[in-house]
Amino acid sequence: MDINFLYDFIVAQAFYAVATVILLGALAVVFLPNIVHAVLMLAVTFIAVAGLFLLLDAPFIAAVMVFVYAGAVCLMIVFAVMLIQRRHMKLTNVFNNQLKVGGAVVALTVAVMAYFSANARWSDVSAVTAVPKDTMNFLAELLMTKYFVAFEAAAILLTMALTGAIMIAREVKANAGSTDDN
Amino acid sequence: MPDLLTTISLNHYVVLSAILFGIGLFGALVKRNAITVLLCIEIMLTAVMINLLAFNKFITPMDFTGQIFSIFVITVAAAEVGVGLAILIAIYRNQLTVNLDDLDWLKW
Repeated sequence: MDINFLYDFIVAQAFYAVATVILLGALAVVFLPNIVHAVLMLAVTFIAVAGLFLLLDAPFIAAVMVFVYAGAVCLMIVFAVMLIQRRHMKLTNVFNNQLKVGGAVVALTVAVMAYFSANARWSDVSAVTAVPKDTMNFLAELLMTKYFVAFEAAAILLTMALTGAIMIAREVKANAGSTDDN
Repeated sequence: MPDLLTTISLNHYVVLSAILFGIGLFGALVKRNAITVLLCIEIMLTAVMINLLAFNKFITPMDFTGQIFSIFVITVAAAEVGVGLAILIAIYRNQLTVNLDDLDWLKW
């Protein structure tokens, strides 16, 4: 057993372990009846996805995934749950009456996608070189040169979205006072 | 088949991403709570990011297109969650519900 085979074997075991956690976490998000538990399971899923990104040679994206998704997004959703759901938390994550139709449509979609992607032959186009070890330098240089306009547009988008979110969430107070007067 | 279990190819990642996208789509179609639908949209975006990074590693490792675009996907997803939650809070103040079956007053 040479060292290359051993390395591939370890990577394969890591992939299957992380993929199991991801899929079980995503299923728990859909099927747990309490929405707070669902958000917790979403954080678990995102951390496992960050582990998968480490396997894919993207350590910076993995770190951003943990910060932004498992940190900020999950925290924001928990805040919204605490603001919105008042009464019993027990049955806050239930199904509507399209369960069978939706399940059938999704099963068909996944079957088609998984069949074609499992049988696709990417060996003709796949590269022989590996991803460079120092990804941060390449990413920083590309963001400041080739993708500079897109980078600035993303910054403007974030600013506008967060300003709009503040406006939408606080707008109601003034209207509520005027409707009370009538 | 020992090859499938010991070497991880691009197909593994794409199949995993397809299944994860399917779970997210299922949740977005059949859940009644609007916040859960937001969670499931996040799961679908994550599946897309797995695809981008897998193609980045196996097809164009020197171009970094997939990694750059997954950064943009993260940005757009964060903006989407912020605006979505603000809209849900505003709807809850007006209607006292986030049940998607009740939010049909734009029909007809």
